[in-house]
Order: sequence, then structure tokens, then C-alpha cells
Amino acid sequence: MASEPQGGLTEYIQHHLNHLTVNFSADHFWFWNLRADSIVVSFVLGAAFCLWFWLFARKATSGVPSKGQALVELAIEFVDTQVKDTFHGDRRTVTPLALSIFMWVFLMNAMDLLPVDLAGWLVHTFAGDEVAHHTYFRMVPTADINTTVGLSVAVLFIVIGHGIKAKGGFGFGKELLTAPFHASNPIAKLILVIPNFLLNVVETLSKPVSLAMRLFGNMYGGELVFMLIAGLMVSWISFVPGVVFNTAWAIFHILIIALQAFIFMMLTIVYIATAREHH
Amino acid sequence: MEINMTFLGQMISFAILVWFTTKFIWPQLNGAIEERQKKVAEGLAAAERARAELKDADAKVATEIKQARLQATEIIDKAQQQANQMLDKARAEATAEINRLKAQAQDEIASMAQRAREQLREQVGALAVKGAEKIVQREIDPAAHKALLDQLAAEI
Repeated sequence: MASEPQGGLTEYIQHHLNHLTVNFSADHFWFWNLRADSIVVSFVLGAAFCLWFWLFARKATSGVPSKGQALVELAIEFVDTQVKDTFHGDRRTVTPLALSIFMWVFLMNAMDLLPVDLAGWLVHTFAGDEVAHHTYFRMVPTADINTTVGLSVAVLFIVIGHGIKAKGGFGFGKELLTAPFHASNPIAKLILVIPNFLLNVVETLSKPVSLAMRLFGNMYGGELVFMLIAGLMVSWISFVPGVVFNTAWAIFHILIIALQAFIFMMLTIVYIATAREHH
Repeated sequence: MEINMTFLGQMISFAILVWFTTKFIWPQLNGAIEERQKKVAEGLAAAERARAELKDADAKVATEIKQARLQATEIIDKAQQQANQMLDKARAEATAEINRLKAQAQDEIASMAQRAREQLREQVGALAVKGAEKIVQREIDPAAHKALLDQLAAEI
């Protein structure tokens, strides 16, 4: 993406919007690009979440909990309350799903609060100028459309799975063709099959798209604003306002980080609850 | 805005994460939470029960004390009554004794006075006869004048 080095804010931002990419095919076909930064950061965060919660889950006591266990339980009970309010059924798989989504998305979003140049500075310090010029590293996996689409498509599969499980394969298929427009006589039913099916496809596909785009847009935009503010700090005149804006935006961003994670989780639960309803 | 292999990688990561949470994190922690909730509920119920029991015991103690106090009062009343009765009886007996003694004494006094009076009468009669003898200077036949002398003695 970055053309010839020309300096200035545009080049700085363009540089920061590049991913650390690995390609796995001989002809460098674009689909086989793997964004190593997204994959590594999200994997590390997911593993950190698993390790953290697992350490407390392993020695969970029903007696007086330690502070660490209380914190973990707080997160779990928060998520479980949300699930309980929205989804009325067996929560044994739904709440863990919601918890994973919430914690993972939250941690990935929180990477936005790290300084935008931290990764670059580390590469610079440990690998030198030459490597740094060609190495890109973006810290926020949720500002990568691949992560959010990956999440939302997985959620779509889960939602469809819940629909099939609740109504059976035949019931699910039937509902796909006969709802939302109902008819009593068979001919009208047959005519309505096509619009019903089209509407259902659009409705189903809009779910992952809206989920993915909402999270991606928020995090990408937030990251972009951080970069613009960082651009302020290059000169001594704008350094102080830069720091002020950076702090203000970071504080505001704490809200967005938690809110987007919460929205993603909430919508997933709502989709599952709707998929289990009969029309 | 390029969707590539990363997308599949993230989906797999997500699947692994969800599986791990469902299998190793959620059941343990939720179990602990639910068990603690049960324990707390049991504790609260036990406290409530204990409070009710305490209230019952308090009420029982209060009635018991009330009854005991009533009984004590009754006993005291009875004792007092008995004492009064005994005192009254003793007083009555004493009075009767006094009256009896007094009557006896009076009888004695009366009989003694009677006796004294009779002696006196006899002596006065004798004296009168002797006086009369001296006055008439002659012997009076006591037998002939007995009726007269007796009348005299009774008049004295």
C-alpha cells in the first residue's frame, strides 16, 4: 500500500495500516495471504484468557472465593445474567459461547489502548532500521475485517445450528420457505416460497455482516483517530494538545472497547434466541 | 478490506476458544457459583429458622415466668390467709380463756362475798340477840323468838 517513502502524516498512517502478511502460495494469490499480526495477537489473547480463567476454574471453591476468583466469577455472572434475560433455555453451551466472545473481543479491542508505535518501536529497537522499514505490525486484531468476519460467520453457523436443533432439519427448512409470509391455500403458499426464501437469506446473511462491520468499523476508526493524534506529536508546538487529545480519546475509547464487546455478545445471544423461536 | 486466509484462521481460533471455555472454564466456575448460592440460601434459611425458634422460646419463657409469678403470689396469699386464721383462732381462744377465768373469778368472788355476808349476818344476829338480851335484862327464849331474830338477821 505504501508507495515511495515521502514522509508526512499520510505516509505514516499508510504505513501503520499495513499488516504483517505471510503468503502461502507460489503465485502469491491474494487469498492465501495470512495476516500474521492478527492471528498471533488474537491467539495470544485467547490463550491468555483461557489460562487466566482456567487457573481459577481449576481450583474453584464454593466457599469463600479469593479475590481473583471473585473477579472471574463477576465476569461470568455478568455474562450469565445477560444470557438469562434474553435466552430462555439450556444455557450450558450458550453462556460459555457468550463469555468467550465477550472476553476475547474485549481483550482484542483493548489492544487499541497500547501506543500505536509500540510494535514499531520494539521492532526498531531489537531488529534495526532496515527490518523496521519493511515490517508492519498492527496490534488490534478486531480492526482487521478478517477477525470480525471470522467471528461473525462462526456465530452464523452456531445460530443456524441452534435453529436446526430447535426445529429439526425439516422444520428449519420449512420455515425458510413459509415464513415470514404465511398463506392458507397451497397455491399462494407455493407462490410465496420464492419471496420468503429470498427474505430469509437476506435476513440471515445480514446478521454476520452487521456484526462484523460494526465491530470492525468502530475499532478501525478508533485506531485511525489514535494515529492522527499521534501525528500531532511530531512537532513541539502541537505536542501538548496531542497528549491531551490522546488521553481524552483513550478514556472515551475504554467505553467503546467494552461496549463493542458487549454488543457483539448481546447480539449473538439475541440471534440464538430468535433462531430457537418458532414462527 | 481484504478478506483472506486470516479469516479462516480466526474462525478456527474462535472455535477452539469456545470449545475450551465450554469444556474447562464454564462448568467448574458455574458449579462453584451455584453451590455457593445454595449454601448461602441454606444459611439464610437456617438463620431464619433459628430466629423463629428463638422467638418461640422467648414466648415460652415469658409464659413460664408469668405462671411462676402467679403461683408465688398464690402461695404467699394462702400463707398469709393461714397465718391470719391461726392468729384469729389464737386470739379467740385467748379471749375465751380470759372470759372463762374472769367468770370463774367472779363466781368465786361472789360466793366468797355471799359466805362473808352470811357469816356477818349470823354474827350480827348473835350480836343483836346479845344486845337485846342486855337491853331487856332478861333471858329471851331463843326458841320462842327465833322467827323474830331470823327476820332481823335478813333485814340487816
